[in-house]
Amino acid sequence: MSEPLLKIDHVSKRFTRDLGLIQRGLARLTGGRGVETVHALTDVNLSVQRGEVLGIVGESGCGKSTLGRIASGIYAATEGSVTLDGQPVAQERGGRTQKLTTKVQMIHQDPFASLNPRMKVGETIGEGPRLNHLAKAPEVRARTRELLEQVGLEATYVDRYPHQFSGGQRQRIAIARALAMNPEVLVLDEAVASLDVSIQAQVLNVFTDLRRDLGLTALFISHDLSVVRHVCDRVAIMYLGRVVELADASVLYDKPLHPYTEALFASVPTLGTGRARFNPIKGEIPSPLNPPSGCAFHPRCPLAGPRCRAEVPRLRGTTVGRDVACHLHDGGTGVEAA
Amino acid sequence: MIPALEVRGLTTRFATRKGYVTAVNNVSFSVAPGRIMGLVGESGSGKSVTAFSIMGLIDAPGEISAGSVRIEGEDMRQMTPEAQRKMRGRRVSMVFQDPMMTLNPVLRVGDQMAMAVQVHDRVSKKAAWERARDALDIVGIPAPTERLQAYPHQLSGGMRQRVAIATALLHRPAVILADEPTTALDVSIQGQILAEVRRLADDTGTAIVWVTHDLAVVSSLADDICVMYAGCIVERGTADQVINHPCHPYTHGLIQSVPSLHEPGRKLPQIPGSTPQLSQLPSGCAFRNRCAHATDLCRTDPPDAARGERRVLCHHPLEEEA
Ligand SMILES: Nc1ncnc2c1ncn2[C@@H]1O[C@H](COP(=O)(O)OP(=O)(O)O)[C@@H](O)[C@H]1O
Ligand SMILES: Nc1ncnc2c1ncn2[C@@H]1O[C@H](COP(=O)(O)OP(=O)(O)O)[C@@H](O)[C@H]1O
Ligand code: SF4
Ligand SMILES: [Mg+2]
Ligand SMILES: [Mg+2]
Repeated sequence: MSEPLLKIDHVSKRFTRDLGLIQRGLARLTGGRGVETVHALTDVNLSVQRGEVLGIVGESGCGKSTLGRIASGIYAATEGSVTLDGQPVAQERGGRTQKLTTKVQMIHQDPFASLNPRMKVGETIGEGPRLNHLAKAPEVRARTRELLEQVGLEATYVDRYPHQFSGGQRQRIAIARALAMNPEVLVLDEAVASLDVSIQAQVLNVFTDLRRDLGLTALFISHDLSVVRHVCDRVAIMYLGRVVELADASVLYDKPLHPYTEALFASVPTLGTGRARFNPIKGEIPSPLNPPSGCAFHPRCPLAGPRCRAEVPRLRGTTVGRDVACHLHDGGTGVEAA
Repeated sequence: MIPALEVRGLTTRFATRKGYVTAVNNVSFSVAPGRIMGLVGESGSGKSVTAFSIMGLIDAPGEISAGSVRIEGEDMRQMTPEAQRKMRGRRVSMVFQDPMMTLNPVLRVGDQMAMAVQVHDRVSKKAAWERARDALDIVGIPAPTERLQAYPHQLSGGMRQRVAIATALLHRPAVILADEPTTALDVSIQGQILAEVRRLADDTGTAIVWVTHDLAVVSSLADDICVMYAGCIVERGTADQVINHPCHPYTHGLIQSVPSLHEPGRKLPQIPGSTPQLSQLPSGCAFRNRCAHATDLCRTDPPDAARGERRVLCHHPLEEEA
């Protein structure tokens, strides 16, 4: 396989939060520190080939957005690194994160919060290239019109303000704004989650066209398994800050292997299969402040054994096109996933 | 059998600067005991206003301008405000997307549930706590006795929503209206709640109206489905009829735009345009300028209501495919 375009290498991210006054006092009494640590990501390894769309799936709090922000250089990793074509996307300097590239662009969930209401659409789309001196003003203007058409809007919309657009249209504007930076990788964080299904279909179609025309590379973050199946080549399933299964979409959807993936798929209602039996996962997602020992899924896993409580399973290759982090599936080749 | 809930011709409008807008337009459906009716539609289609109208909770500038709402045969709208208030919480109750609409953050779960019991029933505090514990048990809350001691903020979002559902259940109402109750929750938690709700309807005979924008949820949970568009129920039928053999062009388009029904990576069939504003609805059929089947008739005449049990609000309904 060729060198990946985007490489997420042993990335961990921890957030420390100051405790409240009372908790701080208690912590001091028991010899603790006045902070608590959120283990948002732990040892995540992923690589994305040029032209590939990698899906990132998991329930809220499992670290999807954090991963997206680290991949786009908005956050620095606590450990590990993210490189684009071998170059780091961010660096830490004087305690602050510096984004080193404009080649990874992120698109967020909320199309209402992400556009500046006082800026015309044309200004919004052209701002990035202008500030980064990517092109001269007349060029930017022409390109803006072209981009609007590329996302299925009219070129004349450049002079309108965001409030004149619906949610779906705003999300297309957000996509156009990201494309204006000529990114090599797009990170879409729940980009269609807040849209109604009929509007979601329109935006997914824009994405499909862009993939065909521009050969986009993307991290596609979503909790919606059916959307992910539709747009992604490969999918990483996350649980409590770790990747628990990574597989080609067709392989994964054909038969999920990790007990969490399996349970997640079983929890999702599907259309047109009639009244469901519902065989939901028991219990709740544990706190990332204090992740369970061993396999983080073991308290909820119907198949957990003593080893699962004691030892963290590593993400390993099993069959072709699939890596799983589960002690039940470490027979395979034993090759550790890169 | 008398339906647990029977809604006939329900119409709710809001006075705005541009005149009246009709958010709920001549809505009719009924739900038998133990059945779950899925009320599905995209945002702004009138689902929440329908639920609030059934509860009789519409305030100015809104007004219920026509229709009847019968709970086990009794017409809520003919009752005095006092009698209506007694119905709410006892015979018909509501669960909201945000459980904190129901829960009081400064009271322990047990205290507020016990108070909800005592609003309608003169029982001892101890008996009220017991009823509360039983209700938590019914919705599958583990260690219910301990949960009664908790404050809402000590519970997860999924747990809070279950407490809200349990609170709605305290008086064994004939009808529960649930407005997007799992929309903000994770799928694994949603799955747990859907399983409990299905069991609840089957075991207790409570009729449930489950309001959602999620077609997959209604398809796997509901017995019957109503599809709303611009304030109207445009199609009504059993879940199988509506999902697998839709007759209204809008329902058909909506279902077709769900990615899981198509080969990955292909373009999805899409409904052009977006939902119209209520103040700017087109003449005739409200869906006509997005509809591939529209004719002159659709422009001039609003389509008529009933076509047998299977209501399709359309001049040119699609053939039921085999
Ligand atoms: N800036 C931050 N400060 C502290 N904790 C954070 C921050 N961002 C995310 N977290 C925590 O990290 C975990 C992962 O969050 P996130 O990446 O947003 O998950 P997801 O997008 O999958 O819902 C959560 O427990 C969240 O509370
Ligand atoms: N207080 C109000 N004043 C004016 N219009 C309202 C009011 N409340 C709701 N509406 C209108 O009623 C319509 C239906 O709203 P709603 O029932 O909340 O939709 P849904 O729940 O299906 O998303 C919307 O178009 C909304 O603008
Ligand atoms: S009435 Fe006409 S415009 Fe409306 S849905 Fe039916 S065919 Fe389409
Ligand atoms: Mg997120
Ligand atoms: Mg609503």
